[in-house]
Amino acid sequence: MSEFFAQYGDLLIKNTWVTIYVTTLSTFFSYVFGVPLGVLLVITQPHGIWAHKTLNSVLGWIVNIGRSIPFIILMVALMPLTRLVMGIAIGPNAAILPLVIAATPFVARLVESSLQEVDAGVIEVAQSTGSTIGQIVWKVILPESLPSMVLGASITFITLLGYMAMAGAIGAGGLGDVAIRYGYYKYQTDIMIATIIILIILVAVIQLLGNGISRKIDRRIKK
Amino acid sequence: MIEIKNLSKFFSTENGDFAAINGINLTIEDGDIFGIIGMSGAGKSTLIRCINLLEKPSEGQILIDGQDITALEGRELLTLRRKIGMVFQRFNLLMQRTIRDNVAFPLEIAGVEKKSRLERVDELLEIVGLTSKAGSYPVQLSGGQQQRVSIARALANHPSLLLCDEPTSALDSLTTNSILKLLKDINHKLGVTIIIITHEIAVVEKICNKVAIIDESRIIEQGLVKDVISNPQQDVTRKLLERGELA
Repeated sequence: MSEFFAQYGDLLIKNTWVTIYVTTLSTFFSYVFGVPLGVLLVITQPHGIWAHKTLNSVLGWIVNIGRSIPFIILMVALMPLTRLVMGIAIGPNAAILPLVIAATPFVARLVESSLQEVDAGVIEVAQSTGSTIGQIVWKVILPESLPSMVLGASITFITLLGYMAMAGAIGAGGLGDVAIRYGYYKYQTDIMIATIIILIILVAVIQLLGNGISRKIDRRIKK
Repeated sequence: MIEIKNLSKFFSTENGDFAAINGINLTIEDGDIFGIIGMSGAGKSTLIRCINLLEKPSEGQILIDGQDITALEGRELLTLRRKIGMVFQRFNLLMQRTIRDNVAFPLEIAGVEKKSRLERVDELLEIVGLTSKAGSYPVQLSGGQQQRVSIARALANHPSLLLCDEPTSALDSLTTNSILKLLKDINHKLGVTIIIITHEIAVVEKICNKVAIIDESRIIEQGLVKDVISNPQQDVTRKLLERGELA
């Protein structure tokens, strides 16, 4: 055991950090783009506060198409764009662009469903108070659905953790890369198992964190 | 003074247009507590929601102090709504905000600066008797207390008109009485005109000075509460008085 760690400990720790780094940044940027998209999906709905049929259909289609492409294919297809934007097509930083593009439509749908949980009556109060559409979004819809969106963020992080492992297969580094190179190509089962254990721990920690924060900030729960 | 003239609202359905309200004429004087009573589906909710244009009327006029509001749009509409308070059956408080911040909400929307906002909130919480709950969240309050918060919120921007859509229908009878008393005090002390939608004749008897009975999208009878009660002209009105309530 100690021999195993002496030999591969550094490799595992370094790549665990790579995975956490890429996944965190990708989650962050997919929210930067996904939240506005989710908001637009909700407010442009037929009975939304900014009903706009055409825009709603167009956005819906974009999101659906984005979600239809399997990540492994998207990643390869995006390589020229990645090279253009990030200056490089392989490595951890290069993985961020396809991850964000893959996750943004996913986030938009998660955000959409969180925002739809906001009681229509509360939005009506905001309207009867003379709120602008921007005020309704900033002061009512987003804050009221924050606990639900935090849960969504942990789901997104965990999904991106999986995507990042796939990205590892084509040179992004991280735990997926380690598992493929050592565990698969070199038949080193112990390394394979070690990466799996690390991933299980990561997922558990993120889920606990997400649930904990969501509960803590949710004022609907009596404490 | 609010004059509603020939007001109609049509909704298109699969079976053609349906009139939720049809040719409504009403005059509400300043200082009135005006009850609008009818069965569910009679159109009373649509009527009150037209007054702050949450529903856009299909025909007719609503004159507030002589100005027709039905054509207002954009900024002017927002300004109008900031001057009309509204109280709902289900309170509709912001669950993630404290009581203080719920009451402050309309002030934030109107762009009142923080210091005057906090002062105003203190006044309002005092009026509704919930000063001690300022830091609590809605979930920690009873239904009656939540409705008090929503009344305080509706009064925040010094409205001259308060619209109440079934404000006591989700409350037990004891709490109903205390909310009605609060509304009456507000009318009395602050001079706020109140329009109250209800299906309970008891609500009308307790606080309204005038009443209109709405049935099948039309006003079938109206007048001073004491006259209507002592000498009802319509069957529906008589039924209402007999049963005390039309569900």
